[in-house]
Amino acid sequence: MTLEKLGTVPLYSVGDRVRVRNAAPLGHIRTPFYIRGHAGVVERVCGAFPNPEELAQQRDGLPAQPLYRVRFRQQDVWPGYRGNPADVIELEIFQHWIEP
Amino acid sequence: MKTAGRYEPYSYFQLMEVSLRELLVAKGIVTEDAIAGAMAAMRERGPERGAAMVARAWIDPAYKMRLLENGSRAAEALGFEVPGLKLIVVENTPQTHNVIVCTLCSCYPRMLLGLPPEWYKSRPYRSRVVREPRKVLAEFGTTIPAKVRIRVHDSNADMRYMVLPMRPARTEGWSVARLAGLVTRDCLIGVALPKIPKNSKPRKS
Repeated sequence: MTLEKLGTVPLYSVGDRVRVRNAAPLGHIRTPFYIRGHAGVVERVCGAFPNPEELAQQRDGLPAQPLYRVRFRQQDVWPGYRGNPADVIELEIFQHWIEP
Repeated sequence: MKTAGRYEPYSYFQLMEVSLRELLVAKGIVTEDAIAGAMAAMRERGPERGAAMVARAWIDPAYKMRLLENGSRAAEALGFEVPGLKLIVVENTPQTHNVIVCTLCSCYPRMLLGLPPEWYKSRPYRSRVVREPRKVLAEFGTTIPAKVRIRVHDSNADMRYMVLPMRPARTEGWSVARLAGLVTRDCLIGVALPKIPKNSKPRKS
């Protein structure tokens, strides 16, 4: 059985506007602080991967979490950003880090 | 190991590495030879693989499509083994420039580009290129015109990234090998652009 089949169903698709949870749990977190609380648009769906926060605790990380590439406008992320207003930053965000 | 000078105890991470390695060898899980071989292979691997993929994409539109659709499969198509690698290739165009970083650590497509350079792993690069990419690129000697959009890619989770730079002008008719010679490691990270060497004379290739 593939990870996708074992995993949580993807709730979002390309073009959806999503917001990253603004939380600060302890542990091995792959969501950088600088992007927490920011909203962006799903650029692509990468598949599903074992939850790294669980893997770091020696557990299996299943069900696998859908992983999205989310595109954020630099102007939204950094106050006073200088550059082309169309400049973007893209990150991989696990579904459980997206605000419901 | 130092051969002369004052005795210095192992650092925390050196001690961890030696302890783990000796345990694995003692338990017969790996051999010293296998570890030395893997390290030698890692050191030997350079950005030539990524450069070959880019050059092929420049001359072969069907390969370019495959590369942008699934980087890992496209690597395999050229005979590069990339077990477990999820490669996303991002294309530079006249409207868009791409640059890669890993803000959390130093994620890098090592199987295609070899070991990452020291600056890629440094805190200044990792923390600055996300918030002032134009300034950082300019420090690399790469000035991106204001009207060109910059896409910064943070490899913060399971994907790895490589930039497909634009083919330089006046390279019509060049062989794949000669084209690949223009593609440096820094071009594949996105902090440089392929340039034709100044002393390069036109020649039939």
